[in-house]
Amino acid sequence: MRTPRILALTAVSVLSAGLAACGGDDTGAGAGTDGPIAVQASDTSCAVARNSADAGTNVFAITNSGSKVTEFYVYAPGDRVMAEVENIAPGLSREMHVELPAGTYETACKPGMIGKGIRSAFTVSGSSAPLTDDAKLADATASYQRYVKSQTGALLTKTEEFVAAVKANEVAKAKELFPISRTYWERIEPVAEIFGDLDPKIDGREEVVEEGMPFTGFHRIEKDLWGSGDVSKDGPIADQLLADVKEIVAKANAEKLSPLQLANGAKALLDEVATGKITGEEDRYSHTDLWDFNANVEGSKAAVASLRPVLEERDPALVKTLDTEFANVDAALAKHRKGDGWKLHTELTQADLKALSDAINALAEPISRVAAVVSKK
Amino acid sequence: MSETSLSRRRAIALAGIGVTGIAGAAAVGGAVVRGAGKDDLQGDLAAGAVPFTGEHQAGIVTPAQDRVHFVAFDVITKDRDRLTGMLRDWAAAAARMTAGRDAGEIGAVGGVPEAPPDDTGEAIGLPPSGLTVTVGFGPTLFRDAAGSDRFGLAALRPAALADLPRFPGDALDPAISGGDLCVQACANDPQVAVHAIRNLARIGMGVVSVRWSQLGFGRTSSTTRDQATPRNLFGFKDGTKNLKAEETDRLRDHLWVQPGDGPDWMTGGSYLVSRKIRMLIETWDRSPLAEQETIVGRRKGSGAPLGKQDEFDEPDFAAVGADGEPLLATTSHVRLAHPSHNNGARMLRRGYNFVDGSDGLGRLNAGLFFLAYQRDPRTGFVPVQRSLARSDEMNEYLRHVSSGLFACPPGLSGPDDYWGKALFAQAR
Repeated sequence: MRTPRILALTAVSVLSAGLAACGGDDTGAGAGTDGPIAVQASDTSCAVARNSADAGTNVFAITNSGSKVTEFYVYAPGDRVMAEVENIAPGLSREMHVELPAGTYETACKPGMIGKGIRSAFTVSGSSAPLTDDAKLADATASYQRYVKSQTGALLTKTEEFVAAVKANEVAKAKELFPISRTYWERIEPVAEIFGDLDPKIDGREEVVEEGMPFTGFHRIEKDLWGSGDVSKDGPIADQLLADVKEIVAKANAEKLSPLQLANGAKALLDEVATGKITGEEDRYSHTDLWDFNANVEGSKAAVASLRPVLEERDPALVKTLDTEFANVDAALAKHRKGDGWKLHTELTQADLKALSDAINALAEPISRVAAVVSKK
Repeated sequence: MSETSLSRRRAIALAGIGVTGIAGAAAVGGAVVRGAGKDDLQGDLAAGAVPFTGEHQAGIVTPAQDRVHFVAFDVITKDRDRLTGMLRDWAAAAARMTAGRDAGEIGAVGGVPEAPPDDTGEAIGLPPSGLTVTVGFGPTLFRDAAGSDRFGLAALRPAALADLPRFPGDALDPAISGGDLCVQACANDPQVAVHAIRNLARIGMGVVSVRWSQLGFGRTSSTTRDQATPRNLFGFKDGTKNLKAEETDRLRDHLWVQPGDGPDWMTGGSYLVSRKIRMLIETWDRSPLAEQETIVGRRKGSGAPLGKQDEFDEPDFAAVGADGEPLLATTSHVRLAHPSHNNGARMLRRGYNFVDGSDGLGRLNAGLFFLAYQRDPRTGFVPVQRSLARSDEMNEYLRHVSSGLFACPPGLSGPDDYWGKALFAQAR
């Protein structure tokens, strides 16, 4: 359904301050002279008002005129996210601030929040000094922090919706929201795992909960949603989940990851896939493991993309290999798309799982070499 | 100086000698101990190194080691260069591992702390243990199950690599049969064999995917005259009539592919048939000794053919007992498998016992992992197995559950060579 344009535009000012993944210091140096670059996003198009800009801070104003929730990205080569806004509901608008050095980029809208999105080339010209080696590493962590910020923002929003559905005993809606809210969690799981106590409370599976600790979090509610179908007594658990997510979001945004942690995180996400998602252990009641699988891969890709300028300089052959293998994983996964989501784990054959496992192994081996390249002096 | 730097420095020094140099030195009694930097050479032959390069691949007439880890791979890349690149990497790793060194140049503990080691480490401190790595190409490498000639090799497929026929009684599980490539790692220490396969599988990720693998122990055949004939899990000596390394003429006639047999790339190679044969242990164990001996056609103790005294006496198929019946039953294993009943067919058997734990009914999941090398399976394994499958009394106690057929190319000539180099050079 379409929201009248007037209403949509009104929303810009309200929401732009909220979840926008902004680039930080607005130095204004060489920034776009003509104000925000308008982006009209529909279900089938992504019209960016200009295809070039000056180096410096640029502002995009995205309006979702489609019927699906959308996202907007600016990518550097290798799908390195320079900035993104997630979760733009139909009819709403958002502003996004991004610091762009001279270079070639791509803009992308993702109606339905899936896939490669609708892309266009975007060129930034003007002077920006080449980064030193250390500056490239610092840039990598800053870039990944932007990613974490955008993901945690969406995680919070979607968890609020999920919790509200559970508390309202809306089982069907809660089931629909379960894999979607988890997507944002799974993309940044290595960050979440830094905070030892919170991770098991939010994402612990029944058998790994320590003795004396209650079984709480996403998987507890999953069990009730798909098992008994009765979540009428899960209000306190849902409240606790939201409180825990809020806490971890605050902590994650305060945490500054080192380049080495990024590299290890990229690998850890694939280990998550290899051990938990391929086997169907993670979402054993809902069987929505492929949502998590895809999110883990996206998160891994984001971490590698942040490191890309450093890797390009130190080991271009490795970057090429990683690009190839990420593409192979995406192609293997794409066979199991179903509508806006994925097939259930129970709908996959043993041969399907083997092919996915092979693709993950082929990617994880070269990814395991990234840390040493990054830490090289 | 640390142990690590010592061993690494030594690795460089040894590399200078060349692969054959290391192997040759080790073969006369010394053994290189990997990783930990030990310099004492061990005199134990079982611990020594087998030369990796040569006219034929090692692991065929090499005195049969005690253990095997056998693995069949599917090739998952469509890129021929990636496949040959991996075979090259495998050859380098196998040359190092068979010499008792780590799989990679850096080693299990020699690298930077942030990098995963290029050797998995479980063989640190272990001698070469007679490790051999033997590689073969399955029919599906030349044309896959869907009929596709993925690597431009279809025209180079030897006629001898014809799919095996279905034999009566076959209970083959496709999931543990076939494969585009195989690697047979044999060693006198199971940890060394497993280490070799594990590291090769890791190197191959993205290019190949493990289809199935099998561990075996207690070699069930002797491949030289010095080795005593071992026993299979039926308790009988197995492989008395096996081709032996010393029988040069017979090896030429029955084992090694000769010039003119088929495409040149296989000359000096050999064809491998693998069969995982489940033995129904419990029912065999409660059958009377006389029945067991009648089925096999040999004495359980000495291994002598029935009616003869010594293990190596030739069986007398014409001999008749007091009851007028042949001493060696027409359905006995020794008669049906004998060259004289199969147009002279001979193979070099190199099988191993296996026990994969127990099945859900509490029965031993055990049997014989049969491996046999030959010049041409169409005149080797196929007629013998036809004869056995049709009439062998032993079939009551056997189930063939896995089958594989592989063309094992000739040996590698040196550091620039790899398995199938001559084959891939002609690919279209």
